[in-house]
Amino acid sequence: MALPRALGATLLPRCAGLLQQSVGASASTLSPLASFSPCRRFAADAAEAGDDAIEVEVREYKAHHIEPPGTTVTTTKAELMEMFETMYRMRRMEIAADMLYKSKLIRGFCHLYDGQEAVIVGLEAASTFQDSIITSYRDHCTHLGRGGTVYDVIAELMGRVEGATKGMGGSMHMYNKAHNFYGGCGIVGAQVPLGAGLGYAHKYRKDGSVAYALYGDGAANQGQIFEAFNMAGLWDLPVIFICENNHYGMGTAEWRGSKSSAFYTRGDYIPGLKIDGMDALAVKHGVAHAKAYAVEHGPIILEMDTYRYHGHSMSDPGSTYRTRDEITQIRTQRDPVEHIRKLLLDRGLAEASDLKKVEKAIKKEVDDAVEKAKQGTIPPADMLWKNIYSDPLGAVMRGMDSQTKIALS
Amino acid sequence: MAPASPRGASTSSAQPLDTKRVPGASAADTKPTNLCSAVNDALHIALEQNPRALCFGEDVGFGGVFRCTVGLFDRFGRDRVFNTPLSEQGIVGFGIGAAAMGATPVAEIQFADYIFPAIDQIVNEAAKYRYRSGGDFHCGGLTVRAPYGAVGHGGHYHSQSPEAFFTHVPGIKVVVPSGPKEAKGLLLASIADPDPVIFFEAKMLYRTVVEDVPTGSYTIPLGQARIARTGGDITLVGWGQQVAVLERAAAMVREVDGIECEVIDLRTLLPWDRDTVEASVNKTGRLLVSHEAPVTSGFGAEVVAAISRRCFLRLEAPPMRVCGYDTPFPLVFEPLYVPSAQRVADAIRDSCRF
Repeated sequence: MALPRALGATLLPRCAGLLQQSVGASASTLSPLASFSPCRRFAADAAEAGDDAIEVEVREYKAHHIEPPGTTVTTTKAELMEMFETMYRMRRMEIAADMLYKSKLIRGFCHLYDGQEAVIVGLEAASTFQDSIITSYRDHCTHLGRGGTVYDVIAELMGRVEGATKGMGGSMHMYNKAHNFYGGCGIVGAQVPLGAGLGYAHKYRKDGSVAYALYGDGAANQGQIFEAFNMAGLWDLPVIFICENNHYGMGTAEWRGSKSSAFYTRGDYIPGLKIDGMDALAVKHGVAHAKAYAVEHGPIILEMDTYRYHGHSMSDPGSTYRTRDEITQIRTQRDPVEHIRKLLLDRGLAEASDLKKVEKAIKKEVDDAVEKAKQGTIPPADMLWKNIYSDPLGAVMRGMDSQTKIALS
Repeated sequence: MAPASPRGASTSSAQPLDTKRVPGASAADTKPTNLCSAVNDALHIALEQNPRALCFGEDVGFGGVFRCTVGLFDRFGRDRVFNTPLSEQGIVGFGIGAAAMGATPVAEIQFADYIFPAIDQIVNEAAKYRYRSGGDFHCGGLTVRAPYGAVGHGGHYHSQSPEAFFTHVPGIKVVVPSGPKEAKGLLLASIADPDPVIFFEAKMLYRTVVEDVPTGSYTIPLGQARIARTGGDITLVGWGQQVAVLERAAAMVREVDGIECEVIDLRTLLPWDRDTVEASVNKTGRLLVSHEAPVTSGFGAEVVAAISRRCFLRLEAPPMRVCGYDTPFPLVFEPLYVPSAQRVADAIRDSCRF
């Protein structure tokens, strides 16, 4: 899995940290894998497949008021294959969304996740669907991580009634009630206090699960986040606050917007870890460590060092506030999909042709989902006034023209 | 002016109290109670009846600054009744999250004036959760209590009436009780309601008004107005502590001028009971709306607009608004600012002589 520790000479100094690799971690920093319970489906698959445990080194964790996990992560071929497949699916889906947006089949606000896939994939590998999750508006891949399909997402993006939120939420508002996905939220940072409430419910129910509240480095400066930290800390709530630091809050580089960009330390009295958010295995291992801590002791902050390839939203080309070199270097040196591909190939766990086959199947899956979503149905007009209250309060929709009168039931 | 004969449609004056018996309390049992104790009583009943009901806010565990939550901590424990930091936005967001997972949180904002830091959570999170999730999620269990209104000395930041901001937000309900008996029934209905409710309590009345309040559990349906006084000459519409002011003004003009006022307590501002007001104005031909909040864009404007549309040909005078002035809520000029019974009585006379 050796990746070159190459820092381009053209790189701006502030971005140097983005490219640091962990392969040189010294043996003295290694510790045995902590005894966390195995992850959900990957481990189960591994057992069925009879896969042997594989040890992989990850980048060192930075820690604040907590002992960091070791840098040796145990995985299996089955888990790596599933990570590769899921991340590649996310990547292709976001690229498809980009194309659909440019051809005006998706309108309005749309924020893509490509580049950050390892965060959700690693997080879900350490979680069960009993753990609740709430995130920002960059939520397409969160929906996939919670068991949704590419079709659910694309249909929602296109405003079809078959979509993840019946066509009523769009890009920023996807949900999965059965799997405790409490949604994407359109207001920067507003989901974080909700996450504290979710955590309280877990604690009240004594169900041993945690709430994940995800936000970005831009949202990290919202006042309500500190209110949520304080309450969660005060009441020892099992909440894992996750700052997905993609280094740009819209067009503002982190160092321009944050007095301290060590986001994992900004809970002050709440412990934190900084994790290589481009490595799904590092994320899995770090989240498992955090989950064990949170259930026992209370909140913890995880800063995921990650990167978005696209601009903030579709109206942002993503190239005016950072250099193309920077994006290219991340793509060539830290890409989360390529990282897992390289692991599989270098360890002799898969042939290049096997992975090509996976890619081909996923491309077809995404293409089919797009075509199927195009055939979907626009929500009926009476949805305009449905779900405002539990009961439509006898409202009727009329006056749009002299003939329209739809009674809501 | 002589009392007018009844005209137009009859009023829908049934104001049911859905009384349910609770152990040890008969529906008929009442006891003299002020508004503060009525709220306290309702919270005890809600937490007793619903094991998922929570009560929290700044100093709530200690009984609250107005003592509305006294005794709850001792009876229900720290897991269900607790103090929060001074974090209004956090309090409401936290409440929404807990409600989304099935809890019934009753959050207190210590003064309605302090609700503005939480307005984003209320407007963008609470009100739209059901809509934007296609009906999958909601935070209907949430009730946000906030004492509002003039209190004689509150000044700029302890006296405001922010109800109109929230009536502009589809997805929440806005309830403003006018007295102890109303407060208990409406609060229990709000807590039980499947939609999030903002519940404004008239802090002037916390200790100044005592009524015979049923000791058991009962609810008053949201969205139904109450006819506090019947009359045929002019319809006076108000809510919260302004209802008592309207009743005083009605007594003044009856005694001096023989004008018979019909006083309507809206109780719920969102959704509001247009039908009851319409029926009354069709009978009286005159409308006056009164609230403490500044007149411009106050909820009175909505009432006047809707009733003008519905009763246009029945109106015998332009609808009147007697409200706070368009100034910050003043400290020393409070007696000048508030829509007093005298100002209301003057406006009634103007309307009847139009």
